Amino acid sequence: MRALKDEGVKFIFGYPGGAALHIYDAIFKQKAFEHILVRHEQGATHAADGYSRATGKPGVALVTSGPGATNAITGLATAFMDSIPLIVISGQVQSHLIGTDSFQETDMIGISRPIVKHSFVVHDTKDIPRIVQEAFYIATSGRPGPVVIDIPKDKTDPNHLYDYKREKKVSIRSYQPKALPHPGQIKKASKNILSAERPVIYAGGGVILGNAHKELIALNKILKVPVTNTLMGLGSYPANNKHFMGMLGMHGTYQANMAMHNADLIIAIGARFDDRITNTPALFAPKARIIHIDVDPASISKIINADIPIVGQVKESLTALIKEIKRSKLKIDSDAIDSWNSQIAIWRAKHGLDHELYLKNTKSKMILPQVVVQELYQATKGNAWVTSDVGQHQMFVAQYYHFNKPRRWINSGGLGTMGFGLPAAMGAKLAYPKDEVVCVTGEGSIQMCIQELSTCLQYNLPIKIININNEALGMVRQWQDMNYGGRHSASTYADSLPDFVKLAESYGHVGMKVTKQSQLRKTLDKAFAMKDRLVFVDVYVDPNEHVYPMLVAPSGSMQDMWIKKNTKA
Amino acid sequence: MKRIISILLENKPGALARVVGLFHQRGYNIESLNVGPVFDGTYSRMTVTSRGSESDVEQITKQINKIIDVIKVSDLTEGEHHEYEFILIKYNKFKLTPKIQKILKPLSGKVLEKNANVIVMSAFGPSSDIEKAIKAIGKSNLLEMARSGCLGLHEGEKALKL
Repeated sequence: MRALKDEGVKFIFGYPGGAALHIYDAIFKQKAFEHILVRHEQGATHAADGYSRATGKPGVALVTSGPGATNAITGLATAFMDSIPLIVISGQVQSHLIGTDSFQETDMIGISRPIVKHSFVVHDTKDIPRIVQEAFYIATSGRPGPVVIDIPKDKTDPNHLYDYKREKKVSIRSYQPKALPHPGQIKKASKNILSAERPVIYAGGGVILGNAHKELIALNKILKVPVTNTLMGLGSYPANNKHFMGMLGMHGTYQANMAMHNADLIIAIGARFDDRITNTPALFAPKARIIHIDVDPASISKIINADIPIVGQVKESLTALIKEIKRSKLKIDSDAIDSWNSQIAIWRAKHGLDHELYLKNTKSKMILPQVVVQELYQATKGNAWVTSDVGQHQMFVAQYYHFNKPRRWINSGGLGTMGFGLPAAMGAKLAYPKDEVVCVTGEGSIQMCIQELSTCLQYNLPIKIININNEALGMVRQWQDMNYGGRHSASTYADSLPDFVKLAESYGHVGMKVTKQSQLRKTLDKAFAMKDRLVFVDVYVDPNEHVYPMLVAPSGSMQDMWIKKNTKA
Repeated sequence: MKRIISILLENKPGALARVVGLFHQRGYNIESLNVGPVFDGTYSRMTVTSRGSESDVEQITKQINKIIDVIKVSDLTEGEHHEYEFILIKYNKFKLTPKIQKILKPLSGKVLEKNANVIVMSAFGPSSDIEKAIKAIGKSNLLEMARSGCLGLHEGEKALKL
């Protein structure tokens, strides 16, 4: 308890059980942090993860052995894929029972090995302070990630007394993450940037995790070149800046994908050339040289070869780059950049997203899901913390909600975990109780962690849930429409959906249902006016709507896009 | 192309599993594997042989380097290096002819046990020479064998140390 307190832990999300009972008894006796009892361990890990994404501090989850530990696995994998600092403490059966298939025993270290940054087993009670300190250091430094601490029950026996010792500084001989970039590489990068004619800044989640959004903005105040964000990077560059092109990749904007394909220089910052970005790697950005800044050397030249690799913390690297650019005698060719920016504007005008759909009276009798997001943006004045689940609704938020600040957009990008949104919103709401926290979800995803509505009541977490209800697993259905002759195999369940209004009410919350566009904004305003209540807004939308643009896959490049139904750009 | 990757890591429970698991997880194969404590016993040195292109191996070494318990990784095949493998081999009803003795001599072949029924021999040398020797001796009457997997060190002063 003291070790956790010394790490500045404010909340622990958890669920008790036999192997964790000594720890739970100690929690009962302390006041340094609050324990949040979830309703399923997956919820604990996602809530701790959401807390971490919102605050930048590590999230902590506590689970028991066996099923408690296995239920935490999806949350660990989610955090691992998005490099989120998360500490999962799992109870374990007593030391002498390990390996005997005893009750609620599972090899947590073995099961979690491929999806953690590191893991520890407590072999000796007096190691606990050191292990906790090292776990937090590893989780938060370098490329962040989840760390598991597995503690056999006998190692938490309150009768084991020892002197508490905390080191001033953690030192691990086999782990020394690199922070500062190589000056020679920074010089090379600066030279390439200043001589580029069609440069693009491609910024990912690393900018947010590395708290480098200010440096990114400062860099582009000098360069004035087009910027695109990955799904995980949204908010790292203000969406309302004129140089911002929107998200890139699979469901990225036309202008962002065209700019990438036609660039002569791509400045990748804290991004990892994921397959949802590059489309076919062999056809990726044929004319571009690549500068790649990342704290993880293994991310560089993994998918796309980098011409100028820069290994270092994004913040330190950008600071060095800005300094070098300012010092350089070379000046960027502003005529070339102006004409490049005009080309971007032409692409934007041709197939850019329509951000004023909400003002139009569409002929459609049904509400368009994009309109729900745009109305939500208006209703919250763009100031909400928005979490999402996975699927069409997630892409619509990424496309149509403008994030001007980092960390406000919280979603499972790498693993794509349905069920993430609601518990993640709980974590964000606990971190920022006075701010508006919205979970945009779908009727498929929300049912994967719906039990956490009960947790929200117990701890009074008045988040707002916007359920974009198309009565189908929308993204699956879209792929089936496009690639499987419209055969909706196992993607529909309209006749067996719950009444979400009653469901919310039975959990002690407020439920609202919207079926007409004329009611939409009024209902949203009503929901947001209920400051101290959780409101579940169930919005029925057009089930036939697809997410566009969409990269043509497999075997397409980034300029090959479906721009609307049956139409390629 | 065959690669010999040497890894210096913490001699801690679970450290070996992290490295081996990573090969599987990232889709790389392991042809041979050797591990033992070195220096003051708090370190282990692993030697893994694998196959892949230069970029494959670059990615493998980067990924291994990320494992917290790993201190250093080096692809020995990038430069000049020493490479050895140790083998124990058992035959029954075996005639140690001068021809076989000649094959085994450069591999420091030794007879460890010999009676009317079986012969147990040891040999060491570069893996490719060992394989050639086994082939030349033939596999009839071969009862069992054990191979250490490849061991390697850099040539010259270059070394894998903290």
